[in-house]
Amino acid sequence: MKILVCISHVPDTTSKINFTDDNTKLDTNGMQFVINPNDEFGLTRAMWFKEKQGATVDVINVGGPETEPTLRKALAIGADSAIRVNTPATDGFAVAKQLANVVKDGGYDLVIAGRESIDYNGGMVPGMLAELIDANFVTNCISLEVEGTKAKAVREIDGGKETVSTSLPLVIGGQKGLVEESDLRIPNMRGIMQARQKPLNVVEPVEATKETTTVKFEKPEPRGAVKMVSPDNLDELVNLLHNEAKVI
Amino acid sequence: MSVLVYTESEEGKFKKVAFEVASYAKAVADQMGTTVTAITINANDVSELGAYGVDKVLKVNHSKLDDFNAKTYANIIKQAAEKEGTKVVVVSSSADSKYLAPLLAVGLDAGYASNVVEAPKSVSPFTVKRTAFTNKAFVFSTIDTDVKIVGVSKNAFGLKEQSGSATAEDFSPSIPENGVHVDSVEKATNTVTIADAEIVVSGGRGLKGPENWGMIEDLAKVLGAATACSKPVSDLGWRPHGEHVGQTGKPVAANLYIAIGISGAIQHLAGINASKVKVVINTDPEAPFFKAADYGVVGDAFEVVPKLTEKLKEFKAQNA
Repeated sequence: MKILVCISHVPDTTSKINFTDDNTKLDTNGMQFVINPNDEFGLTRAMWFKEKQGATVDVINVGGPETEPTLRKALAIGADSAIRVNTPATDGFAVAKQLANVVKDGGYDLVIAGRESIDYNGGMVPGMLAELIDANFVTNCISLEVEGTKAKAVREIDGGKETVSTSLPLVIGGQKGLVEESDLRIPNMRGIMQARQKPLNVVEPVEATKETTTVKFEKPEPRGAVKMVSPDNLDELVNLLHNEAKVI
Repeated sequence: MSVLVYTESEEGKFKKVAFEVASYAKAVADQMGTTVTAITINANDVSELGAYGVDKVLKVNHSKLDDFNAKTYANIIKQAAEKEGTKVVVVSSSADSKYLAPLLAVGLDAGYASNVVEAPKSVSPFTVKRTAFTNKAFVFSTIDTDVKIVGVSKNAFGLKEQSGSATAEDFSPSIPENGVHVDSVEKATNTVTIADAEIVVSGGRGLKGPENWGMIEDLAKVLGAATACSKPVSDLGWRPHGEHVGQTGKPVAANLYIAIGISGAIQHLAGINASKVKVVINTDPEAPFFKAADYGVVGDAFEVVPKLTEKLKEFKAQNA
């Protein structure tokens, strides 16, 4: 089985988000970038397929050279080779289009992406990719088994879960549950050394027109101070929730 | 030309988000000087939609559509959009709508903006405000394509009632087969889901163990609330993954979010920030959550929560 794992290069979850250039650009000064957490669950599941069932695992990112350390980390975790499509990620559709081109040429059976990236939270790249290459698609995926060309997946739905049968070629929008938090791998020294020798191929983009444009960012309004209520006066809390906040 | 809105139902009845996205579609239609058409799939009584600004309903009913299927549903909505000559399609942020919207976007060659929190700032260029960085920021984006898809964040726009009525028309699209088949669905039937809940009661590691969740459930029951938990609690296996809220878990956009024994790590706050009113109960007055909350109680959850549940029971009895 040939697996491609899509890796988004995103600010670490603890990052404070600020903007520059009149609120038109993310201020990346001092920011730590990581593998998008939803993608990391998928990458780890791909490692399981590789080790237990036999598979090759490539990772891909659409972005500039600054994303290469994130791809190297994926290689250190165990991916066989990496691809970087050399173009800025302008919007979800343009990224999906670049990915579709690589997937078609590479003959991948299974593509695992995160259900959304934690930066723009668009949640559209895996679905658009699936539609562009006419593959089956399951998102919010919390369990995935593949036997031959058949697949069984579990999707988280509002208030429960749904089990589906499908087949390869397949695109997955993954999240925690594909593997557990405790299954995630921290690259060891050997992995990091090997990653330096593994291929990281830079490919030039195909033509893809973006469909949406980021105009500007805004930070949420700073909130008012918290109103403290004594634990001995919970009637007051009920009163505030009813009369002031009007939520009960 | 009308704005098309996909109004979701479950077992024949509209979900609450259906009325919110209808309200949103009405606001867009007013800005564009056009009408609102809703598409329903296996909904029974569609007359309720008129009260939220829908002029016309394309009603699809077919036994093959009992199970949600993203690709099939996206295809049906596409056929409705083409029939209506729609330029703007409005969908919700439910798990199902977020699943089908990217497929629909490719099908219609439409640009898609998700997590939109306000009516468009302008319709030419079509500019929307959406959340990004898991609620740590907003971004204004233009959708530059001829046909546009807007995914509305839950509880961001609200319900806007109108005096009007909708005409219903049976619509029989072709129903394509595809390669994903639902084998089974497991759904809690008697509890409120985090996605639908107006109020969410959430517990953290401060509760010391899964055996202490009874008081969280009691409080949630009085309020008709959903229960949720922080990431460490789900990682420790005290509560199921489906209850994990935060940046890597489920987002919460409730009217009221009550956090008990949760310190308020930045990842957790990001995930629940879209909630309107936040109450924090924690023994540690230095817990970062107090800076992000509207109301705070410094105290032991094991004393405060049962007391609060009693007070709320009295309140509910008086206001019933």
